[in-house]
Amino acid sequence: MNWKRLEVLLPLVGVVVLLAVWSVVTWLRIVDPVLLPSPAATFKALWTGMFHGKLGVDFVKTVERTIYSTIIAAIVAIPLGILLGSSERLYRSVEFLIDFFRSTPASAMFPLFLVLFGVGDRTKIFVAAFGAALVILFNVAYGVMNARKTRILAAKVMGASRLRVLWDVMLLESMPATFVGLRNGVSLALVIVVVAEMFIGSVDGLGQRVFEAQQMFEMPDMYAAIFAAGALGYGLNLLFLTIERRFVHWSGK
Amino acid sequence: MHPAASMELSANARAAATRTAPHVTIRGLSKRFADATIYDNFDFDIPRGKLMSVFGPNGCGKSTLINMIAGLFPADKGEILFDGQPLNKIKFGYVFQNYREAVFPWLSAFDNIAYPLKVMGVPKKERNLKVEKIVASLNVKIDLNLYPYQMSGGQQQMVSIMRALVVDPEILFLDEPFSALDYEMTLFMREQLQRVFVETHTTTVLVSHDLEEAVYLSDRILLLSRHPARPVEFVHYDAPRPRTDKTMTEGDFISTKAHCLEIFQREVRKG
Ligand SMILES: Nc1ncnc2c1ncn2[C@@H]1O[C@H](COP(=O)(O)OP(=O)(O)OP(=O)(O)O)[C@@H](O)[C@H]1O
Ligand SMILES: [Mg+2]
Repeated sequence: MNWKRLEVLLPLVGVVVLLAVWSVVTWLRIVDPVLLPSPAATFKALWTGMFHGKLGVDFVKTVERTIYSTIIAAIVAIPLGILLGSSERLYRSVEFLIDFFRSTPASAMFPLFLVLFGVGDRTKIFVAAFGAALVILFNVAYGVMNARKTRILAAKVMGASRLRVLWDVMLLESMPATFVGLRNGVSLALVIVVVAEMFIGSVDGLGQRVFEAQQMFEMPDMYAAIFAAGALGYGLNLLFLTIERRFVHWSGK
Repeated sequence: MHPAASMELSANARAAATRTAPHVTIRGLSKRFADATIYDNFDFDIPRGKLMSVFGPNGCGKSTLINMIAGLFPADKGEILFDGQPLNKIKFGYVFQNYREAVFPWLSAFDNIAYPLKVMGVPKKERNLKVEKIVASLNVKIDLNLYPYQMSGGQQQMVSIMRALVVDPEILFLDEPFSALDYEMTLFMREQLQRVFVETHTTTVLVSHDLEEAVYLSDRILLLSRHPARPVEFVHYDAPRPRTDKTMTEGDFISTKAHCLEIFQREVRKG
């Protein structure tokens, strides 16, 4: 037997155990089957919901909102982060504000954004963008500030102008941190979007789906929507990791 | 006397004068950091076309000195003149001790070496030619498509040395360039440096922690005191090049090294 070959299957062990326990629990009716449907019923709901029902539409809606808010956050936060990071004094002068709003739960901003932007998509996207932007900003700024002094000196001694040092050295130095920021940012954006979909008069989105299924006691649908949201979060993280590995190949080396 | 002859003589004399005039003149240099005066009214001349080493106690200001000469940060007071002129667009080569933090990990070895040419605005074709030329002249056998993190320490430092040399620098600074390398690599790199120097006679300033290395490679050894640093002695060592292992067994080498060591220890004890 070749055990080494089997080791690649290790990550599946947890999944199999979870499914087994879950099956046994529902089969023995340890938990009220209304509250916890069987895995088969749940995955059937997931499948039909995703490919023949409304869940697929909701999924796409949530993806759209999350991606839009992350893009808006990145467009605002990356240049700003580079600007702030390139001058330590500048960063110190706004550090408190960034830390303060970074620590403020974005959900607390919903009412404010509702007043500003109404109950449409814009509010959800902007609140999520607001939360994600602060995370990205913070990481980019620190990435630039922690750029290796030696590399900056090396570029300087070669005659590179300030702008060139910023562009050729600091920007690239900050890339690994920028991607950490983007990954955290997109996760946060997803959290905020899903919460917003639950409570801000929504008609679609995964958050709304979970909430509605719960209200109507359609438990398999609710679990299906939860799994869809989980898969989405995991997928987004994986997507950014893949992009990072490709474009920031030197990260962590 | 024939007028033409005297003209010629003075032209020769002028040429000879510029050949021996110092390359860098440092006058009244002062530098303080928050807690210490590193230089106080420091005067020194760096000779042209020589390889000189700077040797002194830890933290006496060796790196600070070459950083100020290279314009990486300003002095508090004093002037640094190149051929009697203030700094303007002089091509420096600079090799840092910590190659890991000095090369650009996002560029391949080739692009790292070509980078200073890019900064100078040299067109791509010419850049590639120049890089290939320097690689060939140093007889380097490294796959230049690799990224620095895929290379050994010695190879990375070789890349940063080539990056410093590719612009045909007027002055080459090396701040403890070999101290992070293993012994075998160090020996190899010393020979490479000596070869480059013999071929180009570029004014070179080497900061070294290794007295044997400093004497072996140098025409001149500047011995510094503890800070505020002053030049304690400027030792001449004129053994012919190329120097070899045999050079290190010769009386002249041994006595020069012993002399430097004695002065160094006297300065350290003063501390
Ligand atoms: N940016 C700085 N701020 C404050 N002090 C500094 C700074 N740079 C250097 N120093 C101090 O100035 C002194 C000289 O530093 P320098 O790096 O030039 O010494 P060095 O001779 O190169 O030392 P070493 O042998 O360790 O390389 C040291 O005592 C150091 O602590
Ligand atoms: Mg030093």
